[in-house]
Amino acid sequence: MLQVTLARLKQGHRTIPYPARPPVLPDRFRGLPVVDSSKCPDGCSACAEACPTDAISMDKRGFRLDLGRCLFCTDCMQACPEGAIRYSQEYRFATRTRDDLIYDGRTLNLAAALDEKTRRLFGRSLKLRQVSAGGSGACEADLNVLGTVVFDLGRFGIQFVASPRHADGLVVTGPVSENMRSALLETYAAIPAPKVVIAVGAEAISGGIFRGHSDVHDGCCSLLPVDLFIPGWPPHPMTILDGLLRLLGRLEQDPMRVG
Amino acid sequence: MIDNTFTTLRSGQAVPGRQIPQVTLEEFQRTVVDAVADGQRVAAFFGDAPTSTGKVHLYAILSDSGRGVLRVGTVTLDSDQFPSLTPVCPQVHLFEREIAEQYGVCPEGHPWLKPVRFHASCRPGHDAWGRQPGETSLIGVMDFYRVEGEEIHEVAVGPVHAGIIEPGHFRFQCHGEQVFHLEISLGYQHRGVERALVGGPTKRTIHALEAVVGDTSIGHSTAYCQAVEALADCQLPIRAQALRGIALELERLANHTGDLSALAGDVGFLPTASYCGRIRGDFLNLTALLCGSRFGRGMIRRGGVGFDLDESRTTEFLARLEAAYRDVANAADLLWDSASVQARFEGTGAVTRELGLSLGLVGPAARACGIECDARNDFPAGIFRFTHIPLSTWQTGDVFARAYVRWLEIRRSVAFIKSQLQEIPDGPVWTRPKAPKPDHLVVSLVEGWRGEICHVAMTDAQGCIARYKIVDPSFHNWMGLAIAVRDQQISDFPLCNKSFNLSYCGHDL
Repeated sequence: MLQVTLARLKQGHRTIPYPARPPVLPDRFRGLPVVDSSKCPDGCSACAEACPTDAISMDKRGFRLDLGRCLFCTDCMQACPEGAIRYSQEYRFATRTRDDLIYDGRTLNLAAALDEKTRRLFGRSLKLRQVSAGGSGACEADLNVLGTVVFDLGRFGIQFVASPRHADGLVVTGPVSENMRSALLETYAAIPAPKVVIAVGAEAISGGIFRGHSDVHDGCCSLLPVDLFIPGWPPHPMTILDGLLRLLGRLEQDPMRVG
Repeated sequence: MIDNTFTTLRSGQAVPGRQIPQVTLEEFQRTVVDAVADGQRVAAFFGDAPTSTGKVHLYAILSDSGRGVLRVGTVTLDSDQFPSLTPVCPQVHLFEREIAEQYGVCPEGHPWLKPVRFHASCRPGHDAWGRQPGETSLIGVMDFYRVEGEEIHEVAVGPVHAGIIEPGHFRFQCHGEQVFHLEISLGYQHRGVERALVGGPTKRTIHALEAVVGDTSIGHSTAYCQAVEALADCQLPIRAQALRGIALELERLANHTGDLSALAGDVGFLPTASYCGRIRGDFLNLTALLCGSRFGRGMIRRGGVGFDLDESRTTEFLARLEAAYRDVANAADLLWDSASVQARFEGTGAVTRELGLSLGLVGPAARACGIECDARNDFPAGIFRFTHIPLSTWQTGDVFARAYVRWLEIRRSVAFIKSQLQEIPDGPVWTRPKAPKPDHLVVSLVEGWRGEICHVAMTDAQGCIARYKIVDPSFHNWMGLAIAVRDQQISDFPLCNKSFNLSYCGHDL
């Protein structure tokens, strides 16, 4: 018992002071990419060609990046002859619609809060059921991390529960393998309405690197009405937490400008 | 006795396809059975069906760890049947099921021939179960092993589990609390990974390998890079090799620490559960300090590594590694010193050495029952050719042993990383990769944190990947878990499960 008490003193208090203070992220953290399209030479599409998930397009509107497909890898950055692409430390980029994930490299419509009525129901207590549908284990791991003492998800009134009957919403990871489609839909059906659906990670949003495989459904968007999109590969726990708090209307909702 | 029927090669040595001996089915099977009787292990056993021949070819990769070599041989099947080896060589049971499902050939006499991932055969019109095209069974819809009797009850769990965890189905046959039998039925995570790699390497390949098993990105991407580098005669700069080794051990540290947390949580010992849960994050953040991603995405690249360490980053890295190690040592000591924890760990879910050998277990689960196997020692590649990490084993084969081996390995990994960083060689961390050679085969082994990761790559006449076989350690070890819970209380299943902590997606691919 004494040893346990001494260990408690030694290990100390480790919950981060977020949201009172911003989180500390590693300097090499690849957050929201920032693009200076003014540097783009005419007709150049080196970044689009290098992108492993074809997330980048160059059309008459200019550079467009589908954050829902982005793996946050360095391939586009390295392919760009002008150094126009760089990663920022911005960890906030969850959105409410699939279209909002189509990003021009400068501004992004961050997730707005749920409507007033749903917010009254879930704002201070949100119970979520998670289903991994072909997920590789990384998105799942960084969802689990939210339950550690570092993030202490419970202090925000958010909790992952075992039974869909006890849940207010569904968190989906993975590209939705054909073999998990029915289990995913049944879990969704078992959650009482009103309910929210949250897609976490490139695979759940678009199929990610598995997009186009005949064994997967390219994410859950064609199967379920998604209320919150959290991009990343996997998303940093702070990106997930930020998205959840925004959905509940507990953070500022202004459109964000990075640079 | 050394049998020369198969050809001998090292891990990471590319050989021309024509050098792989084509043997008769009888020779092929006799070689596998004799090798296993000699103490060798089946590292991979898989099929291929090139359109050029229209026939199914079987390949076996035998791991002769005592001599530090691999043996490979192949046989062309003349019909859609071959005699099953499983009755005399249990460790091929799942490989044979996989071959049956993928190529529609039937291992006759297999005691439990069921689908593995519930997909159609890649040879239309050929099905091991005689089903017509479009008739493939829905996942999980099949007969399960049943124990009959008035007092027997069946417990079915999954595919969706109570926590944030991957899906799989577990079917227990119980008498009261006692588990008579557990059947594990997976395949829910099947994403068609291997098939998508054919024709590569493409711009997608390295990323797909990083996501085969999300918590083993470093392990699998290293195995892949070793394979394609060997196919291209690419020599890695020594600094890149050291950094790959550091990344691999960081991955081990994070996951082993997470496992200690989960094991403590499952016996209700919250101090270590919460400390190690947090310290796991410290190790993940060290990986992010190195390469920006907590899971090592972007670190391992063909020809070297994606990120280097400068002096100030190394200093910060070492200080944080030291602090995380102090914390994990303190938290782990609580486990070993708490009688209430030990009472739950000791004797629970024991697997004997004989059983472990016969099932072909790998990784900490094998080392916990006294089996001396570790690809870092047995088949050293990269930095492990220059620096050896002492092997950590235990004898009891129970939950305690699987936990304690992890702790021993945490200590070894920290010591390894520290020594590497103190004497890290200068120089580049990347060299431009060349194209893989045509018509070659390579086997690449990496000791991931779960155990031996085995990748086999074969190229076609253009130097593109014609067949890519991935064997995650989980593929060997799931049966070990099913055996470990026999005669245990069903309430100890979660504890046994965590002590193995196997990958679903690595099995399902």
